[in-house]
Amino acid sequence: MEANRLVEARPLGLVLLGGAIGTAGREGLHLLLPAEGGIPWSVFLVNIVGAVLLGALLAHLAAVEPETPRRREVRLFVGTGILGGFTTYSALATDTVLLAGSRLGLAMTYAVASVVLGVLAAGIGFRVGRLLADRHADQHADRARGGRA
Amino acid sequence: MSVPVFLLGCLGGGIGACLRYLGDGLVMRRATPGFPSGIFLVNALGSFLLGLLVGSFEAGLVDGTWLFVLGGGVLGGFTTFSTTMVDTVRLMHQEAWGRAAANAVGMLVVGVVLALLGLTLGRGL
Repeated sequence: MEANRLVEARPLGLVLLGGAIGTAGREGLHLLLPAEGGIPWSVFLVNIVGAVLLGALLAHLAAVEPETPRRREVRLFVGTGILGGFTTYSALATDTVLLAGSRLGLAMTYAVASVVLGVLAAGIGFRVGRLLADRHADQHADRARGGRA
Repeated sequence: MSVPVFLLGCLGGGIGACLRYLGDGLVMRRATPGFPSGIFLVNALGSFLLGLLVGSFEAGLVDGTWLFVLGGGVLGGFTTFSTTMVDTVRLMHQEAWGRAAANAVGMLVVGVVLALLGLTLGRGL
């Protein structure tokens, strides 16, 4: 059962398409915003924005359990695919090493700031996702009672 | 950069994301629950491979097109920052501080050390 699920075509197709879209966004921004003074601004920006959005998405989906097949597909397409492909760890690690060759302090600042702000961003996203889920739940409850939506 | 190369890189990113999804699934079926070992290993491996690729590029073994398609595309899509950050926040919510630190700080140290190792190896090729 689980073995079959791992190689199902539809989820893989969603992750493939999402990953390609996310990569287009990341590399597109890289063309618009090239590294300046060795600081990879586009990767930094992509990673922080992606962390907020993934936090919000997953908190929102988790707040409306149980996971339906459709919600699983949204999670795989948007979360695993688009946002997973949009953000990147390999570039963070490699850029840090390349930057450390000439400016060690700046490299450490870049790496540490990415992770500290990334955790903060994901935490903020998580709160926003939960708030939105609660608001939706309230609206549904209001509608069910015949009140204002 | 030409449009076909850009599109090839995007396709590479999609393939990388699929490899992450499958690899994470394979690892997590065997791993102890409570720590995102699958994504940790994916990011560690991807950081090493990107270092190796950039080193090979500097050594003149790989051209800029392949660096973009395999590095920015496949490995960029394979590794992920957002999932690691969200998993860290989840571990913090569970007050699993040690595992949260391992996933945030440990991941960074392991990723950077492996990227350095890959880069050094690639430059020497």
